[in-house]
Amino acid sequence: MSKLGDLGAKLYRGEVGYDFVGKRFLWYGVSILITITAIVALAVQGLNMGIEFKGGAVFTTPKTTVSVAAATEAAEKVSGHDAIVQELGTGGLRIQISGVDTGAATEIKQKLAADLKVDQASINADLVGPSWGEQIANKAWTGLGIFMVLVVIYLAIAFEWRMAVAALIALIHDLTITVGVYALVGFEVTPGTVIGLLTILGYSLYDTVVVFDGLKESSKDITKQTRWTYSEVANRSINGTLVRSINTTVVALLPVAALLFIGGGFLGAGMLNDISLSLFVGLAAGAYSSIFIATPLVVDLKEREPAMKALKKRVLAKRAAAVAKGESPDEAYEAEDEPQVVAQGRPGRRR
Amino acid sequence: MAAPKKGRRPTGAQGRPGRALAIILIAMVALTAGMFLSKQTTPRLGIDLAGGTSITLKAKSEPGKESAINETNMNTAVGIIDRRVNGLGVSEAEVQTQGRDHIIVNIPKGTNEQQAREQVGTTAQLYFRPVIAFADGSPAAPEGTPSPSPSASGSTAPKAGDGKTSPSATPSSSATSQGRALSEALKAPAAPTPSPSASESKKADDTKAPSPSASASAPATGDEAAAAALQAKFAALDCNDPAQRAAAGQGAKPEEPMIACGQRGDAWGKWVLGPAQVNGQDVKEAKGQIDPQRGQWIVTMQFTDKGADKFAKITGELATKQMPQNQFAIVLDGKVISDPSVSQALTGGNAEISGGFNQQSAQDLGNMLSYGALPLSFTEDSVTTVTAALGGEQLKAGLIAGAIGLALVVIYLLVYYRGLAFIAIVSLLVSAILTYTIMSLLGKGIGFALNLPAVCGAIVAIGITADSFIVYFERIRDEIREGRTLRPAVERAWPRARRTILVSDFVSFLAAAVLFIVTVGKVQGFAFTLGLTTLLDVVVVFLFTKPVMTLVARTNFFASGHPWSGLDPKRLGAKPPLRRSRRTGSAPAPVDAKEA
Repeated sequence: MSKLGDLGAKLYRGEVGYDFVGKRFLWYGVSILITITAIVALAVQGLNMGIEFKGGAVFTTPKTTVSVAAATEAAEKVSGHDAIVQELGTGGLRIQISGVDTGAATEIKQKLAADLKVDQASINADLVGPSWGEQIANKAWTGLGIFMVLVVIYLAIAFEWRMAVAALIALIHDLTITVGVYALVGFEVTPGTVIGLLTILGYSLYDTVVVFDGLKESSKDITKQTRWTYSEVANRSINGTLVRSINTTVVALLPVAALLFIGGGFLGAGMLNDISLSLFVGLAAGAYSSIFIATPLVVDLKEREPAMKALKKRVLAKRAAAVAKGESPDEAYEAEDEPQVVAQGRPGRRR
Repeated sequence: MAAPKKGRRPTGAQGRPGRALAIILIAMVALTAGMFLSKQTTPRLGIDLAGGTSITLKAKSEPGKESAINETNMNTAVGIIDRRVNGLGVSEAEVQTQGRDHIIVNIPKGTNEQQAREQVGTTAQLYFRPVIAFADGSPAAPEGTPSPSPSASGSTAPKAGDGKTSPSATPSSSATSQGRALSEALKAPAAPTPSPSASESKKADDTKAPSPSASASAPATGDEAAAAALQAKFAALDCNDPAQRAAAGQGAKPEEPMIACGQRGDAWGKWVLGPAQVNGQDVKEAKGQIDPQRGQWIVTMQFTDKGADKFAKITGELATKQMPQNQFAIVLDGKVISDPSVSQALTGGNAEISGGFNQQSAQDLGNMLSYGALPLSFTEDSVTTVTAALGGEQLKAGLIAGAIGLALVVIYLLVYYRGLAFIAIVSLLVSAILTYTIMSLLGKGIGFALNLPAVCGAIVAIGITADSFIVYFERIRDEIREGRTLRPAVERAWPRARRTILVSDFVSFLAAAVLFIVTVGKVQGFAFTLGLTTLLDVVVVFLFTKPVMTLVARTNFFASGHPWSGLDPKRLGAKPPLRRSRRTGSAPAPVDAKEA
């Protein structure tokens, strides 16, 4: 792993670095493309809403010898509605019947038990009124709205309004992409999905905040030097925190991946699966956006500031002068009498 | 957890890592001891993990009565549903409000889910019906009530029950009744006469009441056959049998006579009742209160205008009759909850029932009269029935997923951070112990139940918790790359790492808190766990990880930068610790050395 440590060191020192900020229009382009795709997928295909959003019944039976086809037929005959039947890892069946009201479901359960030759008491029933999913979703939207307002206020206080705006755009970007993936792939949307989606809120921002915190610190005394422009500082900051971003993302994804694998492989479809799937997609999008979208956005906003414009001018002038003198920019920099406040994090600290 | 401070205060744990560690150790021991003392060594499991039925009801908003969905009405509804459900003989059925307009009913496994659903779903019906005949609960010859003592103060009548409204209470629930017959008199509040005291209440089976015969007392329905059938049913009815008790009085139409059971003291009685004369909607308000003149508990009723007329009419008729036909029965959900007698026509829309109440029974009856019909109508939003088998499977799956997730995180940390990873792993363990004990205690404390989404939340939190360690470790490594030795590196890295951890955890916590407040049901469980673990993450990093790091920095293994410690300066590519030296080579010294 020493290679990684080495790479970390090089990234940290700025010996190697990737030009994240300079290529920002590429990332914006990619993101806009993905977002447009997501919106088109939403408009054309729409989301595959689970039974909880339509109302109906989901029955889970214990191990049964009845085949899926036979069970589907039985369920449709009993209920008079369409039924979707899946086989579970346990050998049981998951039978979804839409459009059944909660009152009629009990009778259907009894008949199903007889048809499938299982004990009625061992069948799980999940009966959902038509408005339940909608209510969960509405409450989620409410929560989302409140959260966004609060978080923007908080980030504006903790950092600055530009970072708050960038973080918010990144967050909306993550949510859009996640929803788009759902529309494209046709994953079922359940209350579990909604839960996962809402969790992304906190988590997508977690990543962004880690990056911003580094950015804030490295650009603290930026106007007191003439070596780097704001976008260069930001880019080095991203590179410096890259290892951290990768590690935090991987570590966050590992348990979610375990949930996804177990939820899917062990139980078939269900709550575990729904939550972890949306989390997985959202976390991946969140990690991407914190580096490729949020920070470049901050740079775009910052570079419009007069102070930053002036800084850029100074830096470029200095470099031009150095080149004219035939020195390398580094030497010019060394010739400066300014204390390297920026380098030290804490003013007045001896190295 | 506000905006991070700009100033760098010296860290509390810097000089005294022992103190912080002691605090967290004491907390762990205290929580664990508390857990064992409270005999609640596992978190309470939600319906989806333990098995059972969970019903989510939503209050329907009626046009023009939107304000009806308020806290008072919701709580009343919860009380009524609770009484009904727990009347099934189910122990531990939980009824609670969630959010503004939801009620969640959780019925543990081993209950007749169908019966429970019927109890929950129906709207209670409250009627005032004239009594035609009364007998004690067994299917023997009917027995009567004691003759009223000839006092001018109104006649006596044993009170039925003590406010239990469960149509099918089990024998066990009858033990809670007050074992005495109560006398009540119903009269206009204006009448200053004292009602008979409880001392003259006799057991209700000394005297024979006239056997009710259809010709003598059946209401003039004009249908002799139906009356005879009712008579036969009445004779055969055994109110001591819970099944029969539950069935009696169910489905009776208000405009027809009916038979019903009810509790009298500690025995069950049965009644033949005439058609309903007044219904629950006619009662404007009723409450149990203390009568200031006599210092005893009474129930006052206030009728609506229409109700007052009806009530005056029925009391006028009843006052002229003989016992037991001078009584009217208050019937809730097909069960008699009270049968006061009447001595005069009660006009003016106000009445009071007195005799033998205590605070609880008076308030119960008042509530039932006010709200006997649920104050709101509800729709079933979702009904989830989970067998114990599936619940166990879900729990197992969740735990396996958690274990695998944890193992993966541990492996990743070990590979990347080597020796440092042990500190992270022990920190994770501390986090896990705190989370587990707090969850177990909260099960008793605030009724927190661990459901599947909550388990998911806990698993997701593994990542969030580990992230805090990564932020700190990376900071330490950066300091070492700067050429510092470990001890100053650990201390210098802390304030910056702390800031990042606080800001990012605050954002996570904010998300969890908002979710918890606005959502209901499953999402809430998830948000709760997420919020709890985020808080604990901060506690653990501050009181455990950092102090341990300080201590570890003093050990040779880490301080010397052993290759396996994860802090090897050479591997990290540290600069030789020279002051302000310019390294030769193309790489300029970083100007922006500090990242979070």
